[in-house]
This record gives sequence, C-alpha cells and structure tokens, in this order.
Amino acid sequence: MSEERSASVGRASTAASENGGDVLKLSKADFSSDQETRWCPGCGDYAVLASVQGFMPELGIPPDKMVFVTGIGCAGRFVYYMDTYGMHGIHGRAPALATGVATSRPDLSVWVVTGDGDALSIGGNHLIHSLRRNVPIKVLLFNNQIYGLTKGQYSPTSEEGKVTKSTPFGSQDQPFNPVALALGAEATFVARTVDTDRKHVTEVLRAAAAHRGAAFVEIYQNCNVFNDGAFDAVRAKGEKEHNQIRLEHGKRVRFGPEGERGVVRSGPGHLEIADVADVGEDALVVHDAKREDPGLAFEFAQLSQRPTGPTPIGVFRDVDRSVYGEDWQRELEDARAQVGPEELEKLLHAGDTWTVS
Amino acid sequence: MSDKTLEKKDRVVVRFAGDSGDGMQLVGSRFTDETAVAGNDLATLPDFPAEIRAPAGTPHGVSAFQIHFASRDILTPGDHPNVLVAMNPAALITQVGSLERGGTVIVNEDGFTDHNLKKAGYESNPLEDESLDDYQLFRVPMTSMTVRATEEIEGITARDAARCKNLFALGLVSWMYGRPTDPTIKWVDKKFEDKPPVRDANLAAFRAGYNFGETAELLAVHYEVDPAPAPPGTYRNVNGTQALALGLIAASVQSGLQLFYASYPITPASELLHNLSRHKRFGVRTIQAEDEIAAANMALGAAFGGQLGVTATSGPGMDLKAETVGLAVALELPMVIIDVQRAGPSTGMPTKTEAADLLMVLYGRHGESPLPVIASRTPGQCFDAGLEAVRIAVKYRTPVILLSDTFLANSSEPWALPEVSKLPDINPAFTTDPTGFEPYKRDRNLARPWAVPGTPGLRHRIGGLEKEDVTGNISYEPENHEHMTRLRAERIALIADDIPELEVDDPDSADLLVLGWGSSYGAIQGAARRTRRENGARVATAHLTHLNPLPRNVGQVLGSYKTVLVPEMNMGQLVKLLRAEFLVDCESYTKVDGLPIFTRDVMDEILKRVRP
Repeated sequence: MSEERSASVGRASTAASENGGDVLKLSKADFSSDQETRWCPGCGDYAVLASVQGFMPELGIPPDKMVFVTGIGCAGRFVYYMDTYGMHGIHGRAPALATGVATSRPDLSVWVVTGDGDALSIGGNHLIHSLRRNVPIKVLLFNNQIYGLTKGQYSPTSEEGKVTKSTPFGSQDQPFNPVALALGAEATFVARTVDTDRKHVTEVLRAAAAHRGAAFVEIYQNCNVFNDGAFDAVRAKGEKEHNQIRLEHGKRVRFGPEGERGVVRSGPGHLEIADVADVGEDALVVHDAKREDPGLAFEFAQLSQRPTGPTPIGVFRDVDRSVYGEDWQRELEDARAQVGPEELEKLLHAGDTWTVS
Repeated sequence: MSDKTLEKKDRVVVRFAGDSGDGMQLVGSRFTDETAVAGNDLATLPDFPAEIRAPAGTPHGVSAFQIHFASRDILTPGDHPNVLVAMNPAALITQVGSLERGGTVIVNEDGFTDHNLKKAGYESNPLEDESLDDYQLFRVPMTSMTVRATEEIEGITARDAARCKNLFALGLVSWMYGRPTDPTIKWVDKKFEDKPPVRDANLAAFRAGYNFGETAELLAVHYEVDPAPAPPGTYRNVNGTQALALGLIAASVQSGLQLFYASYPITPASELLHNLSRHKRFGVRTIQAEDEIAAANMALGAAFGGQLGVTATSGPGMDLKAETVGLAVALELPMVIIDVQRAGPSTGMPTKTEAADLLMVLYGRHGESPLPVIASRTPGQCFDAGLEAVRIAVKYRTPVILLSDTFLANSSEPWALPEVSKLPDINPAFTTDPTGFEPYKRDRNLARPWAVPGTPGLRHRIGGLEKEDVTGNISYEPENHEHMTRLRAERIALIADDIPELEVDDPDSADLLVLGWGSSYGAIQGAARRTRRENGARVATAHLTHLNPLPRNVGQVLGSYKTVLVPEMNMGQLVKLLRAEFLVDCESYTKVDGLPIFTRDVMDEILKRVRP
C-alpha cells in the first residue's frame, strides 16, 4: 500500500499570505492542502470539508493565521486537508490544546473539529469547560451518532436501544443532545446544521466566525458505512422539507414545504409543534438568539431529542460575553515588553536578603 | 542582662508541633526568618496533615515545623530534634519519638487537659508520670500567660487572646537561641496593620514569651549559635517552590518566551501555581485548568503557539498527563512538565515526601517515548533545575520532565542569589524562512524547526500519528517507523554531550561511592562529611541532576569504586537503572516512610561499609 500523505507543508506563499493589497483575494484552493482525502467514499465529512474550504476565503484571514485542531476519530483527519497550520492531538483533548493556542495567540483564528465520541465521551470535560470559559475557538462537532474509526460501536449520541458490535442486545444509554449540553455549559454561541446542506452550513459558519468567543456548531453528519440514514428525516430529499425547523433570529418559527407548521408555546418551559391553520400565525414563537438567558434556546433544543422528526437547525443562541484571555494577553504582552535583566535582578533580590562579604 | 547560663552550640534542631489550627507553620517561618537574619545556615521542614482542619486535638491534626540551624554549613533539616515545642498532648505523643534522647521538651501545660489527653490517646498525663524522664521537660502555661499578657488590650476577647499563644511560644524559643526580635515585630506590625487590637495582642504574646524565657526560673540555660561562615554573596531564604518559580521566570526572560503555565490544583504542586500567578508583571500567564489532562494540553497548545508551555503536578496528575506527554514526544515541541513527587501509590500521602516516580517518568508512557529527565537536589537548586529544563526543552524541541518532591518544595535554605548576567542564554530560534522548510527536517542537534502559526509560508500540520522523516507526512512504512523510533532515541541520547559530567567528591581515594539523586543530596553530603570527620571514613559522593540522558562518565565512575551505595526514597529505582545500564552491582539503601532520608540513615549505611 502506498504511504498515506497528509501532513505536508502548505504551498509556500500563496497570494493570501502576502499582505500586499487592501483586500485579501483568497480562494478555496488557498485552504485546500495537497493531501489526498481518505474518508470512506460517500462520507458526510467530504461535504463539510468542501463547505469549510469554500467558506474560509470570505473571512479574509490568510491561511497562515489559521489553526485547525482536531482529536481522534474520522473527524480528526480534517486537519490534514486544510492548508492552514494544524495540530492533530489525542483523543478528546482538542478543545484543551486549542485553548492553549488561542489564549497564547489571540491574533490567530482557531478552529476545532471533533466528533461525538471525541467531544462528548472521552473529551466531554474539555468541551464544556472551553465553552463556559468562552475561549475564542470555533468548535465544529461532526455528529454521526456512531464510532466510525473504531468500526461501529455506539456513541454517546446513539439512540437508546442501538444495536452495534458492542451492544448486540441494544444500548441502554440515554443519549446526549449536544445542543442542550452546550447550552447547559452556558456556551455563548450554539448552532446546528446538516452536512450536505451547503448553503445552511455556510450560513451557520458565517455566524460562528462572526461571534466573539467560543462557538459550538453541531453538524449532523451521515456515516454511510456504520450508521447510514441516521439523519434522513432532516437530510433526505422529500423528508427534510417537512422536518427542518429553521431557526432565524427575530422571526416566527414555522416550517414545512408551505410553512404550514410552526412552533408554539404549550406551557411554561415547553414548546410544541402545531399546524399554523389551527393556532394562527400570531401564536407562533418568535426566535430570539440574542436573549441573555438560554431558556428559549433550551426549549428549542428540547423540541426534538433525536433527528427523526421535525428538528430545529440554525443558530440557537448567539450572545455577547467577555472573551477568555483576550484583554489579559494584551496586558501580559505590554508588561513583558518592559521587563529585562534589571527587573529580573530586582525580582531575585525581593524580600529579606543579607550579604556576606 | 541575665544570670542564666549561656551555652554555645554549633547546631540545633527545633521542632514546633501543635494542632493544625495552632499556627505552627507561622511560628516556624517566623523563627526561620529570625535565624536567617542572625546569620546562621539553616534548613527547614514543614510537616502538616493532609486534612485542612482535622478534628482538633487528635494526632491526625498535628502540624509541625522543623528547623535546623548551625554555625557551619548544613544540608538537611536535621534528623532528630534537640528541642520539641508541643502545644498539646497530640503533638507530644506523635513527635516525642523522634526527639534525641535527653532532648528538651517544652509543653504548653494549658493544652494538657483531661479531654485533650484522651483525644491524643494518653491513658495518664505524661507530664505527671515518668514517661518523659529521659527528657528535659519544661511545663509552661502558655495559653493562660498569653491571655494575661493581652488582658489590657481593648477589642480582644479571651478567645482571640488564646489564639496568640503561638507567638508566645515563638518569643520563648527566640529568647532561648538569642534570635533577633526585630524581624518578627516588623512582620506583625505589617501583617496586622489594619487590625490594631490583633497586632497588639500578638506583639504582647511574643514579648511575654521572650520575657518569660529571660526571667523564669525553670529555663536554666539559653543557647547561642554563632553565625555560619558562608561564601561571599547576597543571600535570601527560599523554599523549593519559590526557587523553581523564579527559575521559570528567569528562563522566560532569558529566552524571550512568554511563560504559559497551566495546572490543576494538587498538593504539593499547587503552591507553584499560586506563586507564578502573582507574576503578571513578567508576562506570566497562569491557567487553572479543568483537569490535569487539560493543563498538559493547554501548555502544549501554547508551545505550538510559540510560548514557553509549562505544567506541574504530583504523582496522580503525572499518571493523567502521560498520554499528552507522549504526544509532545511525537510532536517534538518544547515543553516542561514538573512532577513534585509525593508518597504513593494512588492518593497515598499527599503531604509526605517520596521519590518513587523516577521509573514512571522515564518509562511510563506507551511505545518508545524517550525524553530528558532532570531532578533538583536542594531548595535553592530548584532555580537552576528550572532553567536547565527550559534550556534543554527549547534547544532540543522536546518535552522535559523535572522532578522535585514534597520535601524540596516545602523546605527552605539560604540561597546565594545568582548573577543575572551569568544566566544561560536560551535561544528559541524560531524558523521564519520558508526556503527549504520541512516540519521534520533536523538541525545538527537533531532538533526540528519551531515554526509557529502566523509565520507566512510555513503552514504545516503535525500530530500524534507516526511521521515520515523530514516531511512530517503521516507514514505507516515499516522502515520509516524503525528509523523514526531510533532517531527519537538518538536525539535524546545526544543531549549527554551538552550536560556536565558527573562530579565526584573524593578527598581520600575511597573504595565506597555514595551516589544519589534528588533531595537526598543534603543527607548524603552531610553523612559523608560527618563520617569523614567523626569516624575517619573514606567515602566518596556524587549526585545526579540529569537522569536522562545520564552524564557520559557515569559508567566509568561506577566502575572505579569497589562499592557503590545508592540511597533512595523509593524501593530502589535508580539502582535498577544503573544495574541494567552498566552491569554494576550497586548496593541499595531505600526508605519509604514519607519522610526525607536523614543524615543519620546514610551515616549508618556508610559505616556498615567502611573500616575506619
């Protein structure tokens, strides 16, 4: 078998890295490495990669200023296909690695690509803490509800009763709802999208990139080998039109081919789906992603526990909060610019000293 | 000024012991400062329970502080105290066993109530029966005398007053050894400047204790310890934690790299986090991470970003960080991991010392995963060890593990301040030129380029998967893995050319070499000097700072002695390594009781092996 080539140096000095002009002219090619992509044919990851590479030029950030950090799992390979700086870490720890990169270097644009096993099982702790700290990183969680790289065990997002190699009698675990988990961790930006819906993925990425601080994006990603069709309700033609509930800030939430269904309040802390014809347009809930308290976003997250029927996608929450380490780093740099051997000398001599002659 | 007998002593070991709420650590550190000002050489050993406030009056709650000071240079906090100050029965019952026979016991008589005696496990009052006959016992009603001394102070209740009894004890012992009172008075003034009644009560208690020593009938002698002759220079008293923090900051200044320190709270390494987090002025960023694993990853992420990534922990945290350290080995990025060792396994004894992580840090990662290991030997030398760890990490683009231990972290000694102009220069030598750049192309030290994000034209991806030599591309090729595995080993082994040879102190052409590593340094040196002086023993000593790679001449040194004795605070880890590496049948002396190795222990081992 030929060697796997995926970690090479980026093509030196694209137009992007020469900061000559006022407007940086970048193209998808500037973000695409020369490495052969090695996911299974038909994997949803290809679609997401294309969307990300296609979207990046519009940020106007040279690829030299970007860092992708990944963990272990199929999604972990993402880093090798982006012609940016990249770090492929160990299982579950990408948010912690990225915290180190982003806090030490606020001048960089730092992206984490992870999966449901990586982020929600072995690395759950780092995910929630990077979100609550509001570290300036963008986390793209490829949720395929299965362990792909280890060949098909159930994951923390697999549905209860899932029959896999490791659960021949069905899993007994209650799955995580990643959006609800992120909201529970007080994430300032929480969104969900679907791998093959390039336009929607791009919209969500755009909002995530514009957000100051940590952005969490769950991407429903089809694993056609070990869990094919898990997201058909919101992904397959003929079904998605009926089941994608697109959340848009400031708009009444309605969906369906003719917008014939919508979301209404059924009681305190609870939303439900209704026919617009029955309840009237005025009864529909208006989405407010900017609301300080995450209550409404959480209610939307609870509207469907699994993408098997009508399921909200889009930006659930997008609020402003102080960004971890940003001002701090400036202060530290200013301070450091002023210290040298003399200050070090003073520091060593601080406290009670005595001299022996 | 007094008719009391003044006795000259050349060395004294005092141990203060009381309930963990009694302020014994404070008394100890104040007495240490007074002693430093008096010009004695000194070494200290705090000894406190793991529980913050164990049930008052019980043996579990006893907190102690030992100080050894002398008129000549000393190397350890002392084996057996000459004087024990016990504030309650629990302190007495747990500590009296370590006191030298005939030593002095000063008790706070007021603490010896029936209730406290019972809690400590005494059947009868040791002050009344004959159990302390072997010692010189002084009963001082410290609590009631403190209360009386502070009666006049407004705003102080009897309860507040009683809490000042530790200052009474400090005053008393300060008088016994002719310590200057100024440093303590100034300290109390400053510490309680916002609380005048508390300040006055503490000062009153301190003076009352001092005056009691001078006037009371029962303390018949007081002692004087002459200042120690020390090499010229400016000195400061530091513990290992302070010295290590200063060493890391110095390394940051010398390298121009911002210090990025991430750690998770753990005894005894937390003190380093507390210390470094105060040094924002030097650009030090500290992060209290969500766990040990995150701390290591954050430091490694910062290293990728071009900063000086450091994390510290103790045994349990080292277990957790192992996978990340392995990643750093694969990424070949500079990083320092500090292990302040404590007694294990598992949670073990968090506040007690041990040096049993050596084999773990050398071999405790999966796969062939070599990295440099350095061990500090004295509190002050933690400064140099910190600098050296950073120097090697940066120059060779490798994670470096620095071993300290509970004893070094907490104990203190006078430290001759280094000259900043003589500190090593550390050059990060970032790669900026895209011409011919390859992520795993090596320089003559076999180190790869440090090309940080943001550098135009040097975009590259690195990870834990095996990499092709030079290009860094992922590779599963058999020849490449073999080659890379050997290359990683060779790169670390080569560092031996860049470290000093093992120095041997052998004034009498001895047949016996005592070889140590880590904090046993003081005990080994002290034992060699004393057995030479007192027993005419011919004994050589040597001490390892670099545990991987070992200095080039170790094999030759081992081969030139008939007997090599290796004292260790573990079950014989270095000795295993030396035997395997050099086929020399070194002899092992091991001690795993949670206490440092004592001078006496090593002396006994030396005397078993030499004919005077």
